[in-house]
Amino acid sequence: MNPAATAVLEIRNLSHRIGGRWILHNIDLTVAPGETVVLLGRSGCGKTTLLKCVNRLLTPTQGEILFQGRSTAEWDLFRMRRWIGYVIQDAGLFPHWTVAANAGLVPLLERWEAPAIEKRVNELLETVGLPPSEFAARYPRELSGGQKQRVGIARALAADPPLLLLDEPFAALDPITRFELQKQFQTLGSTMQKASLFVTHDIREALMLATRIVLLKGGAIDLVATPANFLAGATDEARAFLASLEEGWSGGG
Amino acid sequence: MNQRLGGEILSLTLEHIELVLVAIAVAALVAIPGALVLTRRAGLRRGMVGFANVVQTVPSLALFGFLLPLPFIGGIGKHTAIIALCLYAILPILRNTLVGILGVDAAVRESAVAMGMTPQQILRQVELPLALPSILAGVRIATVTTIGTATIAAAIGAGGLGVFIFEGIASVNSAMILAGAIPAALMAVLADEGLEWIERRWSAV
Repeated sequence: MNPAATAVLEIRNLSHRIGGRWILHNIDLTVAPGETVVLLGRSGCGKTTLLKCVNRLLTPTQGEILFQGRSTAEWDLFRMRRWIGYVIQDAGLFPHWTVAANAGLVPLLERWEAPAIEKRVNELLETVGLPPSEFAARYPRELSGGQKQRVGIARALAADPPLLLLDEPFAALDPITRFELQKQFQTLGSTMQKASLFVTHDIREALMLATRIVLLKGGAIDLVATPANFLAGATDEARAFLASLEEGWSGGG
Repeated sequence: MNQRLGGEILSLTLEHIELVLVAIAVAALVAIPGALVLTRRAGLRRGMVGFANVVQTVPSLALFGFLLPLPFIGGIGKHTAIIALCLYAILPILRNTLVGILGVDAAVRESAVAMGMTPQQILRQVELPLALPSILAGVRIATVTTIGTATIAAAIGAGGLGVFIFEGIASVNSAMILAGAIPAALMAVLADEGLEWIERRWSAV
């Protein structure tokens, strides 16, 4: 019925203004199942704003966003958000809830039966590398940063949403933990066939995880490329990011 | 004589407790829901907290005096005293409820919204439990202060342990003053300890 029905997410001519300032200009973007689209850009380029427009934490000023072929303005807001996994930098776990309760939040909101929630939570904690026997009853304050973020990912996946939004989920982690989680996310992405929209300012992370990189500059799309093509450095902004990669290497020695 | 005094201390203590309990209960019923509304309205919040601050600065004896001549809420007796005590107790409870709820980590609130919780669910399952220790601390501060302030209520015929204190002052009788002051002080210490214990037990995190 809709030609874009195969895309989980379709953003059409989106512009967003905060106060008197345009943060985003005429963004067009689609994300299909199994795809990880990485929004890459400097701080303040509008990538987080774009992400928040998708699940309506912000109401876009102009343009349209289709989630599963239907405008996000027409969806029941709460229903839609439960169907879109969301992971942020600080995880944002509820400090007064156990790991299991945190991971099972969305199934609880969707009124699953308690045994079904428990089964799903155990499954997910296992998937993200936190054995439930050891971690289910813990509180967030008893977890390391990496473990918190694993719970954050489990929570986002809990109701098996077709779309994941990730806002610099690994930025606050130490390099080793970050690399572990990136690898794990890569495996999850390919096995689960989710559509992911992943925000980062880290060119290495973009090259590693993306099926497509969307480079944002000043609130507009500067370049869309596969990681392999991105390395060709087709625009000034892309070259700036690639240069930071090289200087990072030589500067390290 | 001693037995008569003992009985009188007991009955005035009970009266004192009654004044405090009613005042705190009413203040909490006004301040906690009021604060919940104010967390959603920044403009109104500044105005109301400012107003509550001003009320707090009025000397308590003066406030009792101001209320006396007012129709309906004024006059000699318990209800005038309770209204005045309430006005004092509202501010600490209001302020602590606001601090507790507005102090919920932004990332926690953002996740709650993004996971598809309704505003009602966020309030009941996230904001209130996380703010509870702060709200209880407000109630504790208000209770301890009110126990002290309530002694002045005797000046407008509301009874309570202040009766001894005022009589003692009038008759230059230190023992009489102490008969009012010591039970009031003990009551304040007990309330402080007891409510702090509840605060620790109920703290969500």
